[in-house]
Amino acid sequence: MESDAELLRRLRAGDEQAFVALVERYNGSMLRLALSFVPSRAVAEEVVQDTWLAVLRGLAAFEGRSSLRTWIFTILVNRARTTGTREQRSIPVADAGPVVDASRFGQGGAWSAPPDHWIEEAEDRLDAGKLAGLLRTAMDDLPARQREVVLLRDVEGMSSADVCSVLAISEANQRVLLHRGRGKLRQALETRLGNGNGGSR
Amino acid sequence: MKLAFRRDLVCQQVVELVTDYLEGALRGSARRRFEKHLAGCPHCTEYLAQIRETIRLAGRVTPDDLNPQMREDLTDLYRRWRNEG
Repeated sequence: MESDAELLRRLRAGDEQAFVALVERYNGSMLRLALSFVPSRAVAEEVVQDTWLAVLRGLAAFEGRSSLRTWIFTILVNRARTTGTREQRSIPVADAGPVVDASRFGQGGAWSAPPDHWIEEAEDRLDAGKLAGLLRTAMDDLPARQREVVLLRDVEGMSSADVCSVLAISEANQRVLLHRGRGKLRQALETRLGNGNGGSR
Repeated sequence: MKLAFRRDLVCQQVVELVTDYLEGALRGSARRRFEKHLAGCPHCTEYLAQIRETIRLAGRVTPDDLNPQMREDLTDLYRRWRNEG
């Protein structure tokens, strides 16, 4: 795959295909992330289009102090926050519950209902498309702030430093959100793929 | 999670430390206590492996394909921008 730096060079040279390639690369993730901030898909699409226009207009001034991807997602999040109503409410950092339900441990804190095995079975029992669908649904069910961190870290594959920069949150905050989010995705996989001893209670 | 006591960690504490561990935020004695627990606990070892597998599977979730309408809109947007001068 062509690097972002190469696409940036072509983009600055006025290459429309470079723009299309960049859109192909990031538009889906941007839309998903925008949806976390705004009330509807139509509004999310507007935010994403506004972001692309801002990217084009900002190209000349972009100094490359962050990666192209980090820069684009930062613009997106700023626009989505301005547009969305979510940030006007006070949002707790994370839900307070434990990452594994307390009923699965005995009084001393040792597992009483240990994790079901599913890793080896996962790809035998569900094809890749169904596994991805399961994870997407589980991600959609996450509280918005957890979803944002999981999307950027685990789906988009950004570093924690870049995620903190894009979302303007601290490393510690990011870790808490990631912890809760990943824990719920694991539980969704266990519930669907495990043998039913643990996760489904 | 604060590790207020020097005694061994229990499973319920270990699962809450998994992300700190994977992110390299557990250091020194906290990390040693975490690893000591894992060495003797197949269930927490399994849990950690499942979190790693969850991360790997999440990394294979691809964003939705660009729909034709949006591609067209964005190509138009590019051409309008080019003509802004």
